[in-house]
Amino acid sequence: MTTPDDRKYSEEHEWALVEGSVITVGITRYATDSLGDIVFVELPENGTEVTQFDKFGEIESVKAVSDLFTPVGGKIVEVNSGVIDMPEKVNEDPYTVGWLVKIEVSDQSQLDKLMDATAYDNLTAE
Amino acid sequence: MTPNASPYIPNTDADREQMLAAIGVRSFDDLVQEVPAQHRFPELNLRPALSEFDLTAEISALAARNATPGDYACFLGSGAYRHFIPSVVKSVVARGEFLTSYTPYQPEVAQGTLQVGFEFQSMICEITGMEVANAGMYDGPTAFAEGALMACRITRRHTIAVLDTVDPRNIEILDAYTRHQGCEITVVGRDDDVPADAACLMVQSPNQFGVVEDMAALAGRAHDAGALAVACVNPTSLGMFRTPGECDVDIVAAEGQALGVPLSFGGPYVGLFACKDVYKRQMPGRIIGRTTDTKGRVAYTLTLQTREQHIRRERATSNICTSTALISLLMTTYLATLGRSGFQKVAELCYHKAHYAAAEIDRLPGYTVRNDGPFFHEFLVECPRPPAEINRALLDRKIIGGRDLGDRTANGMLICVTETNTRAEIDQLVTALAEIAETAALAKTRGP
Amino acid sequence: MNVPVPGEIDRRLLNERSVPGRIGLQMPGLDVPEQPLPDAGLLRSQEARLPEVSQPEVVRYFTALSRMNFSVDTNFYPLGSCTMKYNPRVNEELAFLPGMAGIHPHQPDETVQGALQLIWELQSDLGEITGLPGVCLGPLAGAQGEYSGLMIARAYFADRGDTGRTVALIPDSAHGTNPASAAMAGLEVVTVPSDAQGNVDVEALRGLVDQRTCVFMLTLPSTLGLFEPNILEITGIVHQAGGLIYADGANLNALLGIVKLGDLGFDIAHSNLHKTFSTPHGGGGPGAGPVLVSDELAPFLPTPLVTRDGDTYRLTAPERSIGRVNGFHGSFGVLVRAYAYIRAVGVEGMRQVAENAIINANYIRVALSDEFGGDADRICMHECVFSPQAQKAKGVSALDISKRLIDYGIHPPTMYFPLIVPEALMVEPTETETKDTLDRFIAVMRQINREIDEDPDLLHDAPHDAPNTRLDEAGAARNPYLRWQPDEDSQAAD
Repeated sequence: MTTPDDRKYSEEHEWALVEGSVITVGITRYATDSLGDIVFVELPENGTEVTQFDKFGEIESVKAVSDLFTPVGGKIVEVNSGVIDMPEKVNEDPYTVGWLVKIEVSDQSQLDKLMDATAYDNLTAE
Repeated sequence: MTPNASPYIPNTDADREQMLAAIGVRSFDDLVQEVPAQHRFPELNLRPALSEFDLTAEISALAARNATPGDYACFLGSGAYRHFIPSVVKSVVARGEFLTSYTPYQPEVAQGTLQVGFEFQSMICEITGMEVANAGMYDGPTAFAEGALMACRITRRHTIAVLDTVDPRNIEILDAYTRHQGCEITVVGRDDDVPADAACLMVQSPNQFGVVEDMAALAGRAHDAGALAVACVNPTSLGMFRTPGECDVDIVAAEGQALGVPLSFGGPYVGLFACKDVYKRQMPGRIIGRTTDTKGRVAYTLTLQTREQHIRRERATSNICTSTALISLLMTTYLATLGRSGFQKVAELCYHKAHYAAAEIDRLPGYTVRNDGPFFHEFLVECPRPPAEINRALLDRKIIGGRDLGDRTANGMLICVTETNTRAEIDQLVTALAEIAETAALAKTRGP
Repeated sequence: MNVPVPGEIDRRLLNERSVPGRIGLQMPGLDVPEQPLPDAGLLRSQEARLPEVSQPEVVRYFTALSRMNFSVDTNFYPLGSCTMKYNPRVNEELAFLPGMAGIHPHQPDETVQGALQLIWELQSDLGEITGLPGVCLGPLAGAQGEYSGLMIARAYFADRGDTGRTVALIPDSAHGTNPASAAMAGLEVVTVPSDAQGNVDVEALRGLVDQRTCVFMLTLPSTLGLFEPNILEITGIVHQAGGLIYADGANLNALLGIVKLGDLGFDIAHSNLHKTFSTPHGGGGPGAGPVLVSDELAPFLPTPLVTRDGDTYRLTAPERSIGRVNGFHGSFGVLVRAYAYIRAVGVEGMRQVAENAIINANYIRVALSDEFGGDADRICMHECVFSPQAQKAKGVSALDISKRLIDYGIHPPTMYFPLIVPEALMVEPTETETKDTLDRFIAVMRQINREIDEDPDLLHDAPHDAPNTRLDEAGAARNPYLRWQPDEDSQAAD
């Protein structure tokens, strides 16, 4: 699967997709491939303030657990309850149905610290 | 040819020679050259090997130096209980396939252990009235302490309120488990407020004196303070008494020994651990779940393993990496054999015999049963003399008396009666207690 | 009833076999007058839905379950770091003697002199074997021994007013309990890297120790089955920084009569009696994890110990004890078995145990290293680690190889541990296996290696010949189904 070029990527394998003042966040296909079957996703509640690159949740496969680090800071305005109920959605398509949270961002310049799809592909090809 | 020295080591000198040659070394010493020479092959001050015949004689002689309940009438309880164990239990646990297997990390070849564990979890849920249970902990007191740590994780609070009727030994173990976790233990009375910052209220029922606590009221008080209710219960009592589940308790621990496990001088036992479903991901220990295999057939496996130390390491819910599976097997077989009616019947036998004994003892001059509430199969007796003296006199009559609680309450003795105590034994105890008191009274009137 | 299928195993749970009215045990009658019952409000309102099955059904059910297990009694079980050795039968009999299994933990000391003597003798023997004379047999498993040992370290430093020592240094190859126990003991975990050969990176360790170092926790031999060649330098570095050295005794089997931990400079250790001292693993416990310390640390040991005064033995609390870590005096039944083992093996047998364990492991290492990515040159102790990356490149994982071994009646080795070895397969044959068994294992592994080229699906779909094929473990974790539910409940849930 190709890495979508409509969004930005962090070194911790999260993506950020800008839709106005709200940014949707998820993990990459590279991350789901290395985790394997995802069985549990723990996400913060709506309204939680998060800081760029800080831990905001956890994602678990059968025999691994990974911290989730948010690619942008701001206020969480929506949580994908679909992946909490059916974590396999993250495996199914991490870029669409498998998104994790939407964050209201005040400072869009945070995105400058992220990579574009080509740079991210280069990182994961190493 | 010289026979091997040990029956447990099959390789002969000839085998070893061939193997060393295959490895490409001349002697065994070549394999341990990295061990510092000055410390290699130390002298061991141990005794020579024993034949199986001599070993059996030696350990049997040690066993013979112990006064064994059965030969002696025994009225001890206080955390460990003598109950009848059906032969079926002993024969099942002797199966080598259960005895000599490892933790079921390879589920395809451990379905026996796993299905037993699933039965075990199911039975704990049934007897406690709780929604989920794990596959077993070390023992009751450590399970109780793990319950407190779990409550701290869930509430993100660090004050542990403990009811003052909890056995001090349980509090001591709680202290050992929480000492370095930044937790504070506060002992509270039944009528005290639960501290506003408490993670939990810890209750033991029956308590250290045998009294059945009002778990529902206590759980309500804990919840009013935003705390969880953590209860330690006697599983045998649940054949009759209200379950922690019915009392809205959040986390339950219990010593499983009473359910088919030999006394064995204090261990190995098994800790039972159950909680409400919403808290299952914060449980310590192993959990077994039902699933299917690639052919769609039923199968069982360890699950929710990311909570555990082998994956989460320093962030695990606990460092525990056992489920005391063989003891869980004892308990599971015991409850399967007793069945629905037998489980109730054992509780009823204990209850009636203990209450008969209490009534008889309470009638004796100098002895008073001092319980501030209903009890199950243990009760506190205030004796006319220090319990240690009484117990020594009982021992001469081949009776092991109750636990000496003289350090907690004046001349207090905790007497436990189970279905294994016959009426003849109880009557002997009562007669003996009367005689011992009279001798004491006599000694006093004669005095110097 | 479903249509019978040949070979199908009846997996119904007890409650699915339950028939109202059946009993498994005749109960004794009540021989005292019935007593008044407490208030109805105190009694349970719903009976526990325990099964109603007859005695023959109980026996057949559990016997059938047992046959779905691999075990040391039935299979070669070369599970690395677990020391799956033979468990002598006589020890079972001795642990179940009425004078051992029947005694109550609250009995007065004078009524249990035989039991207390056994504990005292075992304390002494373990102290002698390890060179760490302060021994408490109380901890119920290795992890509890480990936690006790770390609490002892903390108490020792607190007693000296040295309160800044809050770091546990732990190698990256360590077992997960090490960091988990350290966290419970309130210590900050700092990871020490291994060098390319799998030894502790001594220079890195030198850079990490300081006045904050509480303990360095080291498994010896390491989790790679290697003896640490720089051990004296390592203990020296930690001591020089004022820290203590903790030995994870999981692999003590390799050291019996070969070297004493105390002589190497270790201050604290735990020993897993269910590994080295042959007590059965029981499908995951009960174990026993005595904690062993130097004389200097002995006053801090957990409660209780057994002390001897002339011919009298008694339970005592050490003067500055960290307290009780469990209900009574330890896994006494396990202690009886371990003591019986030490007496049966005796002074002359201890070293033979280690020798044969080490020879067996090296024999396998040399035979299989070329094909399975082991180290053909570095001598190992009691276990060897393979890294089948060449097989991985062909699309077959360590997991596939493990599952295929099941078809040959061999329990898989430890997989994917230590974490620092890619596709790790860790093999520990123990001293109780015959050369024939090892030769067959080697032949099976080579055959499996051929199968990878000839028909890799034999491995991908393995096991074929077990009670179950591979499990849907993701499904188990996504939708936890953790207890029996009556039909009506489960239907309601659907």
